[in-house]
Amino acid sequence: MSETPVSETAVNENQSRDLASEHWDAIVVGGGHNGLTAAAYLAKSGMRTLVLEQRHLVGGAAITEELRPGFSFTTFSYALSLLRPEIIHELDLVEHGFMPLMMPSSFHPTGDGDYLLFGDDTDQNVQMIRRHSRHDADAYLRFNHDVDEVVQAVQPLFDNAPPDLWGTDPQDEADVAWLLGHLRGIDKRVMHNAVRLLTGSAADFVEDYFEHPAIAGYHISSGVIGSKVGPMSPGSGLVMLFHKMGEHDGHLGSWAFHRGGNGGFTQVLARAAQAFGATIRLESPVEAVLTRDGRTTGVALQDGTEFSAPVVVSALDARRTFTQLVDPRELPDDLVDAVRRTKYRGVSSKVNFALDTLPTFPALPDSVDHFGGFINIGPTIEYVERAFDASKYGWYSERPYIDAAIQSVVDPDMAPPGKHVMSCFVQYAPYELRGSDWESERERFGDTAQAVLEEHFPGFGDLVLQREVVTPVDIETHTGLTEGNIFAGEFLAPQMYFFRPAPGWSRYATPIDGYYQCGSGTHPGGCVMGSPARLAVQRILNDRR
Amino acid sequence: MVATTPFHDRLSELNDQRLYTHWQGHLSALRYTHAPKHEYFAVRHGVGVFDTSPLYKYRITGPDAERFLSGVLVRDVSDLREGRAAYTLWCDDRGFVMEDGVLFRHGAEDLVLTSARPALAWLTAHRGPLKVGLEDETDAYGILAVQGPRSVRVLGALTAAADHLRRFDLAPTTIAGAEVTVSRTGFTGDLGYELTVPRRNCLDVLDAILEAGRDHQLRPFGEEALDMLRIEAGLPLVDVEWTDSTLAWSDEQRVTPTELGMGWMLRGVREGRRFVGSDAIRRELETGSSRWATTGIVVDWRAWDRLHRDAGLLPTKDEHPLGWESWLRDDSGEQVGYATSVMYSPVLQRHIGIARVRPRLAEPGTGLHLETTVLHRTATVACQTVPLPHFAPQRRSAMP
Ligand SMILES: Cc1cc2nc3c(=O)[nH]c(=O)nc-3n(C[C@H](O)[C@H](O)[C@H](O)COP(=O)(O)OP(=O)(O)OC[C@H]3O[C@@H](n4cnc5c(N)ncnc54)[C@H](O)[C@@H]3O)c2cc1C
Repeated sequence: MSETPVSETAVNENQSRDLASEHWDAIVVGGGHNGLTAAAYLAKSGMRTLVLEQRHLVGGAAITEELRPGFSFTTFSYALSLLRPEIIHELDLVEHGFMPLMMPSSFHPTGDGDYLLFGDDTDQNVQMIRRHSRHDADAYLRFNHDVDEVVQAVQPLFDNAPPDLWGTDPQDEADVAWLLGHLRGIDKRVMHNAVRLLTGSAADFVEDYFEHPAIAGYHISSGVIGSKVGPMSPGSGLVMLFHKMGEHDGHLGSWAFHRGGNGGFTQVLARAAQAFGATIRLESPVEAVLTRDGRTTGVALQDGTEFSAPVVVSALDARRTFTQLVDPRELPDDLVDAVRRTKYRGVSSKVNFALDTLPTFPALPDSVDHFGGFINIGPTIEYVERAFDASKYGWYSERPYIDAAIQSVVDPDMAPPGKHVMSCFVQYAPYELRGSDWESERERFGDTAQAVLEEHFPGFGDLVLQREVVTPVDIETHTGLTEGNIFAGEFLAPQMYFFRPAPGWSRYATPIDGYYQCGSGTHPGGCVMGSPARLAVQRILNDRR
Repeated sequence: MVATTPFHDRLSELNDQRLYTHWQGHLSALRYTHAPKHEYFAVRHGVGVFDTSPLYKYRITGPDAERFLSGVLVRDVSDLREGRAAYTLWCDDRGFVMEDGVLFRHGAEDLVLTSARPALAWLTAHRGPLKVGLEDETDAYGILAVQGPRSVRVLGALTAAADHLRRFDLAPTTIAGAEVTVSRTGFTGDLGYELTVPRRNCLDVLDAILEAGRDHQLRPFGEEALDMLRIEAGLPLVDVEWTDSTLAWSDEQRVTPTELGMGWMLRGVREGRRFVGSDAIRRELETGSSRWATTGIVVDWRAWDRLHRDAGLLPTKDEHPLGWESWLRDDSGEQVGYATSVMYSPVLQRHIGIARVRPRLAEPGTGLHLETTVLHRTATVACQTVPLPHFAPQRRSAMP
């Protein structure tokens, strides 16, 4: 197992090489986790692969940055679950330092000074529920089981490219037949639950089980992550289900912290890709994908340098893949139209802190263990729904919903001894503000989030050594995720599966021969999961046969 | 009556589960929190402490101490220098393993042997005319294992002695005013140390360690976490990997050092080095009569997932070791071995095991089939033999 410090950026031992004059079998545009995953698979298959990343580090939305000596901030994404386990094995990630650390707890202040605290022992979790509601105790067990059954039923759709409903060749027909066969095999109660989740609201689904407002509030929270929906909006059920599709060591729906943050994880991917023979070139923003006679021939950087390859894979979102890297006039109108109509509308932000010591939750004065995992600040459905309201009218929540994590509690390497880093994923922060802009609002927004933390952890402000506010505009600027949408396209039913990123183009190819897409804008979607890239490379290798 | 260790008063305050097992008549925590896996990660990625006080501790002194030990222990201790420790087995006269322990050489004529099970009568019986003192000091000391990559930093705040220790070195030092021995030893396969502490000082030393460890998120870990750690480290456990030959009913339960994977300990035996059981062991080496070889196994993840998915189940990945033996079969279905410990390893992301197979199959990379059950039926999954240990980070043996 590698013990290279994860803060070390992917080695760039190729600065002296003239990579532009070399022959490449495949070029990957964008060194986010999907670009790196694609590069690793391509290189593993024997293709000479070059990754071009615009920034000085790889990882995209999954990076860790030492903003203050000894303090590692997970600038954007911070937790791991959706990563498909096959990728860990197929890319030998353990050898390169893959290490997901268990989150021992999940903590939910109930807003009245009390709390819910869940851990690894189901019976103790049931007792925790009973402390608040006797009714909800067995409901809790059934809720988890019912959701897991839906996850199991949906998983094969997750792990395979969507069939082409409009395709005409025999393979397409076989794929559609496979899908129908799979759907027909699903138990009718499970199917019904799946449809309720895929079309309804998280609140409706959750309230079928739970009567206690804080217990319901705890369970809906993953239904609003990254999405311009409230827990009462239809569509939040789909977002909730998506966030349950992952696992940690076989525990469905469980999350982990990667050692060194999600940036630690993308460093592992970069090392794996390089070990398979891929080359990574940093500070190489791609201006355009070059084409001739409907085929791609390579790419050109903003500085004019050209690289040629018969295969180019875009790991960027659909808007960039289809309307910026290539001339949309070369593409069919219906595709361009669908891409233009795709909704992004980022509503997420981060407020990250360096802390002098751990915060105090008054009801648990001497304990550390409640800080070992997610700290969910959104006591009830109503609280989160009201936080959502503001975003509908172009403003940020006065009392935002916060998904916080103090990773240094389980990963002491993230901060100097005794100090801590706290990542706060804060909603709602709409990309477009009405009557102001994010540069003007940055610090006031940070204060708003900090005030909520102060409510739950009195004295919080005194612990703050440093604060970083990451607005939706920052997300867009630094990663290229359009409008700061963390999933590279909202998780709305018409933007999933057959329709991700556009009807008829959900199978990783594009209308330009040799030009492929593998970013989070493709099926199955965003989050640190690697599936889009894995499935895209399967397609590329198939096409080459 | 079950006893408590000298660290118990404080450690029990840190235990919010109150799940104990009995280890050599002492309360021994299975876990301290709801999540033993979290305790395990503290050792693999931070630092944890384990109370290993119930180990028996025998002090062997006098001008013939080394000669005596050379005659009873499997390991060649003649070149064990002062300030060094060594892991060793001891055998019965038929060359079957009885127990294991660690021998600490404090001085030329002053050694301490730890043992998981009592051994004083057996040791005394082999003393013969030699000039050795044999003292059971089990209750005079507590032993606290401080394990994990950050262990050296935690100890470093209290004593300069730890920094310079190589693996299996030991040194006297003072912590919290108490004279303790710090040794770079442990049962986790990670960077780690053990403190041997006079009984009356145990709480003071523990408090100092807890204080020094606080900023490193130090936590106590229980037997469940230890079991995960030692399997990854390929370290065998008595009554799991083997049975003390003097307490076994059948030779099927007994193993020789070679069969236990400890052939490396037999240096010089072919050339005539003598100790209890060495004649039989020499014959075994010369005739190649070992019945088994110990090996690691790694389960094929695809086969494991498929087996469970085809049955409509989610593939389980349980870090808790199985509490029973599993059979190993070859392609023809014949039983060719058995796995004594099987678990899902969180750091390796694989199901791994410690197993015993027919010697011809021990070559790394041999494909075998591990028996398991799925939905009340017997099934097999593909697995491969691999060398032990499964997990050996550089820091385990590197200078910190
Ligand atoms: C604030 C935030 C929090 C999140 N939290 C989580 C979480 O906790 N867990 C989780 O699973 N998911 C989380 N997500 C979602 C997840 O991080 C993303 O969906 C995922 O990382 C996207 O990966 P990607 O490789 O598809 O794209 P990106 O990570 O966006 O990578 C695209 C890469 O392309 C580069 N690039 C862009 N344009 C060019 C160009 N023209 N030329 C060259 N390079 C270019 C970018 O610099 C970037 O490196 C979060 C996202 C955000 C923004």
